[in-house]
Amino acid sequence: MLVYTLKRLGLALLVTFAVSVLSFALLYLSGDPAAAIAGETANADDIEAVRLHYGLDRPLVVQYGEWMFNAVRGDFGESYYFKLPVSQLVAERLSVTMLLGICGISFALLTAVPLGVAAAVRPNSLVDRIALFLSVMGQAMPSFWFGLVLIVLFSIKLRVLPPSGSDSWQNFVMPTIVLGYYAMPAIMRLTRAGMLDVLGADYVRTARAKGAGEFRVMFKHALRNAIIPVVSLAAVQMGFMLGGSIVVESIFALHGAGYLAWESIGRNDLPTVQALILVFSMFYIVFTFLSDLLNAWLDPRMRVG
Amino acid sequence: MANTTETMNTVAPKVEPEVLSSPTPRQILLTKILGHKGLMFGAIVLLTIFLMALFAPLLAPYDPYHQDLMHRMIPPVWDAKGSWENILGTDHLGRDYLSRLLYGARISLAIGAIAALISGIIGTSMGVAAGYFGGRVDACVTFLINVRLAMPVVLVALAVVALFGGSLQVVITVLGLLLWDRFAVVMRSATLQLRSMEYVTAAKAIGCSTKRILFSEIMPNIANSLIVIVTLEMAHAILLEAALSFLGLGVQPPTPSWGLMVSEGKQMLLFQPWMIAIPGVALFILVLAINLLGDGLRDVSAPENRN
Repeated sequence: MLVYTLKRLGLALLVTFAVSVLSFALLYLSGDPAAAIAGETANADDIEAVRLHYGLDRPLVVQYGEWMFNAVRGDFGESYYFKLPVSQLVAERLSVTMLLGICGISFALLTAVPLGVAAAVRPNSLVDRIALFLSVMGQAMPSFWFGLVLIVLFSIKLRVLPPSGSDSWQNFVMPTIVLGYYAMPAIMRLTRAGMLDVLGADYVRTARAKGAGEFRVMFKHALRNAIIPVVSLAAVQMGFMLGGSIVVESIFALHGAGYLAWESIGRNDLPTVQALILVFSMFYIVFTFLSDLLNAWLDPRMRVG
Repeated sequence: MANTTETMNTVAPKVEPEVLSSPTPRQILLTKILGHKGLMFGAIVLLTIFLMALFAPLLAPYDPYHQDLMHRMIPPVWDAKGSWENILGTDHLGRDYLSRLLYGARISLAIGAIAALISGIIGTSMGVAAGYFGGRVDACVTFLINVRLAMPVVLVALAVVALFGGSLQVVITVLGLLLWDRFAVVMRSATLQLRSMEYVTAAKAIGCSTKRILFSEIMPNIANSLIVIVTLEMAHAILLEAALSFLGLGVQPPTPSWGLMVSEGKQMLLFQPWMIAIPGVALFILVLAINLLGDGLRDVSAPENRN
């Protein structure tokens, strides 16, 4: 287990390194970053001043080394737009995104797992059909459009929820539904498939044979085993969701990290964008790392791989 | 020996008619495709949308770029204020909504198809190489897949489009270069399974070149799963393009993109909800059709239901 953990940790660090190089390279994709910061009206002297101020005249490797060295200590430089430390900006906004992510994944799990179980208990029944229908719809529905439909319904027609902002819990209701609905189909399908598998297993038949009640068989014997892959999928989905929250946050003007990313891209505020790409990637890397460990802990066969 | 040949002779005529009357694999496949409701529905809807996009210049009643500020935001025909002049109404610049919708289908389909083609070529070559050669190549590809999965797609796509400017070519290229992960993952595991098959070993034994083994032994056998991934990634690319255009960093106005139409309609959300309803429903139907087609193809081609 220790060897496996160290191997996965090494891989996670390598991936982090590669992602950091890529997000650093983003600064140079546009050509001359100094010209981009100085703006269109700047003359050659201004650009040169900007270049010196941000240390853009040094070799790339030195710049990357310094950026990474500071990033490890939580210093992502200064935002071009706010003239504030990027880490401060990101930290302020990240709590909203994380809250949204936790709400979203909870919503997805609380709806998808019961539906998946119900669908597996009676395959091809009405419940199964409805579950399949919902998952097919969920995969085809553009999330930004779904968000707008909810706004029309709940904010304009029924007037029960605020369409934008991030001050009260009501602001989180619709974003949670939109973000959670995005993760639902995959979780539901996996729960259904896992339950179908497990319900045919010998130990479930044994449990039934020895007279365990149907409720006990379902939850104590079947679901406990079927849920293992679902938990690791949920961890991975959580990583994806935090990255995907950018669309949801911008529809509902929820002032989280995703919204900050969208605004920063529009403002050409590259240090903030770089930091956010790295932070979102780190979330994904940490969540997949944890889900790998969880899997290996629950299922010793996985440790070999 | 004589006995066996005798029985074979006597049995042979009996077997032959049976063989002739049983359907060929191709016929079985065709029956299954025709009998699969989801697949047929998806295929028909997709074909209809494709034809509508192809013949958009003939079908569209007006020029999709023609502005008419005197006739702005006319509601669609089913509304009390609508008329048959503009069946789906007009947008905030007085452009005919139906014409824009038809031309928008071209954008969505082109982006879906070309992005899936680019990512398919990248992902399939990486996946097949990883699965076939194993060892260091495999470790390398697996690492690249991990790196790619760790990057937040929407954020990276938005940032790159912002840096290079939002044109159709940039959006297609960015999506093509980002969406290869699923191709690589699935093709890798499919090739891994095929590598130890007897016919691959046999081909190696008779001295076939690696190129020949990859193209004539491996490729035909992974084609089924490849088609399924192509449909899934097409749908994915179409949804992403719409999301990018909606956020203002995809295809730029005045190009008629469905995501852009939703974004433009967003400002009139309060009074003209149909302006987001029409392109949104179009997007939903297109993606639904592609997904149903993909799911159906997977069902039909899955080896366990082959008989």
